[in-house]
Amino acid sequence: MSTYDLSSGAGRPVRRRTPAGRPVSRRRGNTTISPQEAPNRRNTELALLVFAVLLPVLAYANVGLAMDSELPGGMLEYGLGMGSLALVAHLLVRRCAPYADPLMLPLAILLNGLGVVMIWRLDKAGKLLSGNFRAAQNQLMWSALGIALFIGVMVFLKDHRVLQRYTYISMVAALVLLAAPAFFPARAEDFGAKIWIRMGGFSIQPGEFAKVILTVFFAGYLMVKRDALALASRRFMGLYLPRGRDLGPIVVIWLLSLLILIFENDLGTSFLFFGLFVVMLYVATERTSWILFGLLMSVGGATAVAMTTSHVKTRIDAWLDPMAAFAPKPPKGSTEQIGQSLMALGSGGVTGSGLGQGRSWLINFAAKSDFILGSFGEELGLTGLMAIFLLYALLVQRGLRTALAARDPFGKLFAVGLASAMALQVFVVAGGVTGLIPLTGMTMPFLAQGGSSVVANWALIAILLKISDSARRPGVEPAPATEGQGGPAR
Amino acid sequence: MNKPIRRVSIFCLVLILALMLRTNWVQGVQADSWAGNPNNKRQQFDRYAHPRGNIIVGGQPVTKSDFVNGLRYKYKRSWVDGPMYAPVTGYSSQVFGSNGLENLEESILSGTDDRLFFRNTLDMLTGEQKKGGDVVTTINAKAQKAAFDGLGDKKGAVVALDPKTGAILALVSTPSYDPSTISGSEDSDTKAWQDLNADPNKPMLNRALKETYPPGSTFKLVTATAAFENGMFQNIDDQTQTPDPYTLPNTQTVLKNESPNEKCENATLKAAMDQSCNTVYAKIGADLGKDKMRAQAEKFGFNSTVDTPIRSEKSIFPNSAGLDGTAQDSIGQHDTRATPLQMAMVSAAIANNGSLMQPYLVDQERSASLTTISKHTEKQFSQAMSPATAQKMQDLMVSVVQNGTGKNAQIPGLQVGGKTGTAQHGEDNAGLPFAWFTSWAKTSDGQSVAVAVVVEDGSNNRDGISGGRLAAPIAKSVMQAVLGK
Repeated sequence: MSTYDLSSGAGRPVRRRTPAGRPVSRRRGNTTISPQEAPNRRNTELALLVFAVLLPVLAYANVGLAMDSELPGGMLEYGLGMGSLALVAHLLVRRCAPYADPLMLPLAILLNGLGVVMIWRLDKAGKLLSGNFRAAQNQLMWSALGIALFIGVMVFLKDHRVLQRYTYISMVAALVLLAAPAFFPARAEDFGAKIWIRMGGFSIQPGEFAKVILTVFFAGYLMVKRDALALASRRFMGLYLPRGRDLGPIVVIWLLSLLILIFENDLGTSFLFFGLFVVMLYVATERTSWILFGLLMSVGGATAVAMTTSHVKTRIDAWLDPMAAFAPKPPKGSTEQIGQSLMALGSGGVTGSGLGQGRSWLINFAAKSDFILGSFGEELGLTGLMAIFLLYALLVQRGLRTALAARDPFGKLFAVGLASAMALQVFVVAGGVTGLIPLTGMTMPFLAQGGSSVVANWALIAILLKISDSARRPGVEPAPATEGQGGPAR
Repeated sequence: MNKPIRRVSIFCLVLILALMLRTNWVQGVQADSWAGNPNNKRQQFDRYAHPRGNIIVGGQPVTKSDFVNGLRYKYKRSWVDGPMYAPVTGYSSQVFGSNGLENLEESILSGTDDRLFFRNTLDMLTGEQKKGGDVVTTINAKAQKAAFDGLGDKKGAVVALDPKTGAILALVSTPSYDPSTISGSEDSDTKAWQDLNADPNKPMLNRALKETYPPGSTFKLVTATAAFENGMFQNIDDQTQTPDPYTLPNTQTVLKNESPNEKCENATLKAAMDQSCNTVYAKIGADLGKDKMRAQAEKFGFNSTVDTPIRSEKSIFPNSAGLDGTAQDSIGQHDTRATPLQMAMVSAAIANNGSLMQPYLVDQERSASLTTISKHTEKQFSQAMSPATAQKMQDLMVSVVQNGTGKNAQIPGLQVGGKTGTAQHGEDNAGLPFAWFTSWAKTSDGQSVAVAVVVEDGSNNRDGISGGRLAAPIAKSVMQAVLGK
């Protein structure tokens, strides 16, 4: 718990020592907890939320001034909308998770708000972009829905350990969600990736929900099996090698990822789930050898798939030569997107063109979704992208800190899974957009257009807040005595 | 479990760090090359994101930047008297690029020139809108209009020069086009672009600089200059030894003059110039030989391009002709080719006592705040002939206008010299001939102008297209416009 205390003390009027060195504890607010407990930090959260709402509102004004030389008409509504969503979420946190981490909610609100502004700005490019001209409104609606789910989790999930009961149900649910898109046809603009379930005018991206649900399964499963996986192993050349039968689960997950890759052409989801599993396996067993296995298996799997199907190879070729798509005779299946994204980033340079003054609509429809970082990179420049990466880094680190602070192994595994899933996703998406790694079809959490993504990530934040609340809650519930023994909660 | 969680923490930070390093690489180190990538359409849009500077003629802009506030392009180029000025300005199109001064002076007009850096920075700090600089041309608006109106519906070109400085006073090519019709990005612009490119009359061809014609008899000026410079004759009244008709050396081909009335046999240089005797100047050329002829032609600018800054096509005096070919080359037929600019340079050199000045179109570049960024300094292109030869050539040309084929160019109160030309071309000379007139005029106080006019085929009547009838009146009106008579 000591690590967590490092973060407390700032931002709230708690002075531990006077300049003379005499310990003093002054406390304000209506708390019923004994003085030696950590502060609940809800006011910090509120103050940060003010910034998190104000910043996108100012960005919104900036876009209007830059593009129409006047303050945008919907500014008040937008500000009030984001503000009240943030306020409702905050009040629910006060009520249901008073000891939750104070940074995660403001970070999510800020990213969500900035995303809506950028989508609105690209909506204003109108006919220059194919697709929806009212995407910002939809995104705002989805954000509201996401926050509703957030509130639902806050209210109904009394204790995250309840989820442990649903370990195997989660597995089945996740498998169904992951398999479903394979049975729906892909559209031309998805470039062969089958990641959507489409019914009528409605479409969801089940991978985003599967991410959270699968983490429940991994956490529940590994918590029970970790001893077997960790201890029953043979030492070989300094590495602990697992027994053959313990390799079962990782092989199953590996095959599943490969199946996703082959049948849905979804490199990103495949990589995310496999990476997530390896990370959680490593945390559960503390065996470095799993990482080695994981790396070998993912490289081997990807190579095998790349040699048998064209999809992965196309992506890798597009990564190696992003400008090939601009040639008079572009290679089959190539897309201008990566080249356009790199040119958007380069044109933005260090300081960016300024909001509303870039031309990231050249990336076309993906400028709002998968390539929204390209849009931010052009208009806010290197400076803006660094800030955005730092926001994600903070969000991920608060999640991992929650894992450190959690008192039960399920909570630890769950939190580490959710946080590293986000980190992996950010890396895979941003790496693709900046040309660091081959492009995969995934969305930037909170920032990018996409209802499923926003809703699922709000659920993710709600669960992390719940875990952090229980981790920091002063001695109300007895924590499990030893790790690995956690068992189903009462 | 905390130890692996900490390691996972570090791993996650490494992932984010890798993204940050990569982004620094793309947006910091590589930024300029991505921004300047030929596939990056932003450059195209940037050209019209601010008002472009203007091209100035006689103190007035002949171009405009219209604020159209399109989704892609904020501004659009338009022209005042577009067809008249198109050969000078070129076009500047949102989708089809640019040419002419619009292209060559891009950095000034768009305001990206390094010499505008200080001003641009100042504008950025004061919040002033960025605006490109202006390009001040040497064109004389009256002369340009006289030339354009003179050509009218006819196909042809006019170039006028100030012999003393080399300043281009008129640069006209017809049929012309209005660059305003192709400056946008609408379907109508694409249609106009396709039509212009498909038009058999090639309205977008800058005939004054980019087209070469057989110069016909106007080339006899070069031949006569070569004869004086090489000491073959001392005086314009020297008699030549020329049979009429003249059989080309080493062949059975007989060269005749246009009409039997002309008294070309053993004619003096002056008489032969007045009547434009082919036999006399063909024989002079053959007697001088191709090397001496070519050397003189090259002093006038043949066989090299001229950057005005719009680069002219090379005028040609061939290198590889036989003696009979040289004879024909010396009267501007066979393989000799000249741009209208080239023939204006010949007249200009003669009028300026043999000193040929480098022709130029841009007098000044200046910033949007009218500060001069650069000013043209006059340079000699070559000393095409000695002043003494120049004086003899002037006398020859004056005589042509006084007594010979160029009477239509006479202007009361001005000393005018000129030379007509009617150039045959095509397979077996079957094409309609080109009418030429190149001339100069001087006032008593030393102002001068040199003009070359070419009119392409317009009539089947050989007499009707002669340089004196079709081209000389146009040259006359241009000279009058420049010298105010």
